[in-house]
Amino acid sequence: MSHSFQTKVQARSAAEKEPSTQPDFIQVRDFNFYYDGHKQVLFDLNLDIPKQKVTAFIGPSGCGKSTLLRNINRMNDLIDGIRHEGDITIDGHSIFDPLLEVISLRKRIGMVFQKSNPFPKSIYENIVYSLRVAGRNRKAELDEVVERSLRGAALWEEVKDRLQESAFGLSGGQMQRLCIARAIANRPEILLMDEPCSALDPIATGKVENLIHELKKEFTIVIVTHNMQQAARVSDRTAFFYLGKLIEYDETEKIFMNPGNPQTEAYVSGRFG
Amino acid sequence: MSSTQPFEKNVRPAGEVWVWITGVGLAIGLFMICFLLAVIAWNGLNFFWPKPLAEISLTEDGRSDFRGERTVPGVIIQRRTLTAENLSPSDADLLDLARDNRDFMREMMIFTGNRDLFATNNFAFLNMGEITSVEFPRELIRIERTEWGDAIGRPLELRFADGRVLGADDPAFVSTLRDQVDEVRDRRREIIRIERRQMGRINALINREELEIRYLRSLAEPSDAQRRELEDRLVRVAELREELGPLTAASRILRDQQNQVRLAFEVVGGHTQVQPLGDIINFYFPNKMSLFQRIGWFFWKVWEFLSEYPREANTEGGIFPALFGTFVMTVLMSLAVTPFGVLAAVYLREYAKQGPLVSAVRISINNLAGVPAIVFGVFGLGFFIHEVGAVIDQVFYPRMVAINTPVFGTGGILWASLTLALMTVPVVIVATEEALAAVSRGVREGSLACGASKWQTIQRLVLPAASPGILTGLILAMARGAGEVAPLLLVGVMALAPSLPIDSMFPFVHLDRKFMHLGFHIYIVALHSPDTEATKPLVFASTLVLILMVIVLNLAAILIRNHLRRKLESAAF
Ligand SMILES: Nc1ncnc2c1ncn2[C@@H]1O[C@H](COP(=O)(O)OP(=O)(O)OP(=O)(O)O)[C@@H](O)[C@H]1O
Ligand SMILES: [Mg+2]
Repeated sequence: MSHSFQTKVQARSAAEKEPSTQPDFIQVRDFNFYYDGHKQVLFDLNLDIPKQKVTAFIGPSGCGKSTLLRNINRMNDLIDGIRHEGDITIDGHSIFDPLLEVISLRKRIGMVFQKSNPFPKSIYENIVYSLRVAGRNRKAELDEVVERSLRGAALWEEVKDRLQESAFGLSGGQMQRLCIARAIANRPEILLMDEPCSALDPIATGKVENLIHELKKEFTIVIVTHNMQQAARVSDRTAFFYLGKLIEYDETEKIFMNPGNPQTEAYVSGRFG
Repeated sequence: MSSTQPFEKNVRPAGEVWVWITGVGLAIGLFMICFLLAVIAWNGLNFFWPKPLAEISLTEDGRSDFRGERTVPGVIIQRRTLTAENLSPSDADLLDLARDNRDFMREMMIFTGNRDLFATNNFAFLNMGEITSVEFPRELIRIERTEWGDAIGRPLELRFADGRVLGADDPAFVSTLRDQVDEVRDRRREIIRIERRQMGRINALINREELEIRYLRSLAEPSDAQRRELEDRLVRVAELREELGPLTAASRILRDQQNQVRLAFEVVGGHTQVQPLGDIINFYFPNKMSLFQRIGWFFWKVWEFLSEYPREANTEGGIFPALFGTFVMTVLMSLAVTPFGVLAAVYLREYAKQGPLVSAVRISINNLAGVPAIVFGVFGLGFFIHEVGAVIDQVFYPRMVAINTPVFGTGGILWASLTLALMTVPVVIVATEEALAAVSRGVREGSLACGASKWQTIQRLVLPAASPGILTGLILAMARGAGEVAPLLLVGVMALAPSLPIDSMFPFVHLDRKFMHLGFHIYIVALHSPDTEATKPLVFASTLVLILMVIVLNLAAILIRNHLRRKLESAAF
C-alpha cells in the first residue's frame, strides 16, 4: 500500500522518491482555514499524524475538529467560499496539489461521517458502492467484501439475512455501523471517523473499538470523539483543540495523565467551561 | 382562593373566522371543479344512452307543418317557454292564442333524424299548443346510416333481390334484419380492408413514384440516367396500377352485393322510405329495450365512439384517429421533454456555479412557463418548420423541395411534439431542480468520500433519488401538453388527417405526417360543423374522453412514480 498518490502527470510522481516509512504519515503545516471567505475556524495548525496509529481529536463542540478532518480528504471542496493557507501532505505529497486527482485521494481514504448517511439503496449495494464506482463488479469479490466489512463493523450477524433490503430499514446505530462497513469496504489506507460511536450502545461501541484496534494494524486512523474514555482506550496519540487552535498534542497517556496545559487538564477531567 | 393565576379561558378561539373564510374558499373551488366534471360527464355520457322514440301528433289546423304531415317521429330533447320578447313578429298571434291556452307559449324541441326526407337540420320545434298526443310505440326503429344521419320510423318490410318480401309482422323479421345487417357490416369491413389497407398501400407507393416522376419531368435538361430513371418509374407505376385492377374489381363486387336487400319503413303518415341495407350501420328499437339492453347498448356505443373513424365530416361516428393522434403526440412530447428538461436541471443545479447569472436563467425559465401557448406555436412554425424542417428537406429530400412538396418543411407530428415539449420544458426543469435540491448533502458527501466522481454520484444516487420528483414534473407537463390546442394549429394538426402517425407501412412511425388531435377535434366539431346543435353531444363526449385521457396518462405516471418511491424506500436499486 505504499504506492504514491496518482497525479495527472505520471512523470512527476515517478520522479519522486519512493515513499518513506516515516512515522509522520499525515503532516499538517501552518494550516489556516476559512469559511465564507473570511470566517477563520482553524488557526496555524501544525501536527503530524503517524502511520498505523490511532490519533484522536478532542475538544469542545465547534472547535474545528470536523473541519480539519474533512480537509484531509478534501470533503470541504463542496462548500462554496472556503479558503485555506498552509499545506497538508500525505506520504509527502500535498493533497492540495492542483495536479492531484481528488478521486484517487478519496479512494484511499475512508470516511465515517458525524451524521450517519446511508445511501437510498440496499444494505448490500451500500457496502459495495466504493467498489462499483471503481468499476469492480465481480460478484464473488463483492460478496466477500460485504461479509468481511459487515463482520468488521459488527453488523454481519444482524443483517446477513436481509442484505437486499433497504438500508433505511435499519436502526440509527445499525446505520452508523453500516457507514463504518462502507468506509472500510475498499480497504483504505486512512480511515477518518467523525464521532463514529455517538449513536451506538455500549456493546456496539465496544465492537467498534475492537474494530479500530484490528484496523490499526493496517490503517492509519483519525477519530474525533467527545468520549474521553473512548479516546483514552483506543488512541495512541491525542490532539486537543480549542477555538480552532491546537492546544496540546501528545501521546494519549501523557494527555490524560499528565497534560502540559491547564486547559487540556480541565477539559479531559471534565471541569471545562 | 389560591394565589396562582388561572389560565385564561379562550372563549372564542383566535383565528376562527379565518378557518371559515378559507374553508369557504376551498369549498367554492371544489364545487366548481365537481360541477364542471359533472356537467361534462352527464352531457357526454347522455349521448350514448338509447333514448325513447316519440310519435307526436299535431292538430289538423296548426301552424307547425311537417311537410304537410300531422305526426312526427323523434326524440324529445327539451321543452321551453316562449316569451313575448323572443317571439318573432310573424308568431305574434300566439300571444292571443295563449290567453286561452298557456301551452301556446311553450314549445318542444325534438330530434327528427330523417334528414334526407325532411331536409332539415335534424331538429324541429313544435308548439305545445298544437300537439294533440305524444306516444311511444314499441315498434319504432332507429337506424344508423353511413349517410344522412339516423332515420326513425316504423319498419314495414324487407325486400330481397329476388323479389321476396318479409313483412315486419313476421316473427322472423327482426332476427332476419339483424343477420342481414351483420352480413352487410362484415362485407363493409372487407371493403374497407381492401380499399384502405391494400389499395391504400399501393396508392401510397404510386403517390411516391408520381412525386419522383413529377420531379424528373420538371427537369429542363434531364441527363441520360435521369431519363432512364423516369422510364423505370413510369413502368413501375403502370405495374402498380395493374395490381390495383383485381382489387378494384373485388371491392366493386362486394359493393354491389351491399345494396341487394332493402328495408322499407314508414316515416310519417304515408311516406315510405326504402333504405338499401348497404348504408345501414346498425338499428335498434329503443322503446322495446329492457334496462340491461340499454346498458349493453350504452357500452357498445361508447366502444364504437372510441374505436371508429369519424364519418360525414366529423359530425358522426367515432374519434379514434383524434384519440390516437393525441396519445402519440403526448408520448412523443414526453420522450422529448424528459431528457431535455432533466439535463438542463442537472446542469443548473449540480454543475453551474450558483450566482446572479444562474438565478437570471432560472427566472427566465420560470417566466417561459407563463408565455402564451400560441407564441410557442409561432416559434414552432418559424423555427422548427421553416428553418429546421427546410434544412432537413434540403439535405434528405432535395427532389421534393424542387417540386415544392415539403416533407419536414411543413407541419407534422414531430414538430408539434417538439413545440409542446418546448412549451412544457420549464415545468420539468423546475420540478427536477427541486427534486435534486432535496437530495441530502450527506448522501452526496458519502458518495464522494467513497471515491465516486461527481457524475457517478449524480447518476447512481442523486437522479434515482430524484426520480419521483422528476416524474411529478413530467405529469404536470403532460397535463398541460395533452390538452393544448392553440400552438398545434400552426404546426400540423388537421381536422381530418388521411392517415395515422403510426401504421403498418414502412417505416411504421411517420413523424412527418399531419395528425388529428382531440382538442382540435372538439373545436372543429363544436364550431365548424354544418349543424352545431346536432354535434353538441359529440362535443361533450369528446371533451369527456379528452379529460379521461389526461387523467389516465397522469394516473399511469403517478403509478410509476409511486412504484419508484416504493423501490427507493425499499432501496431495490
Ligand atoms: N459549512 C460551514 N459554513 C460556515 N461555517 C461552518 C461550516 N461548517 C462549520 N462551520 C463553523 O466552523 C466551526 C467549526 O465547526 P466544526 O464542525 O469543525 O466543529 P466540531 O469541532 O466538529 O464541532 P462538533 O464537536 O460539534 O462536531 C464552527 O464554529 C462552525 O459554526
Ligand atoms: Mg464535528
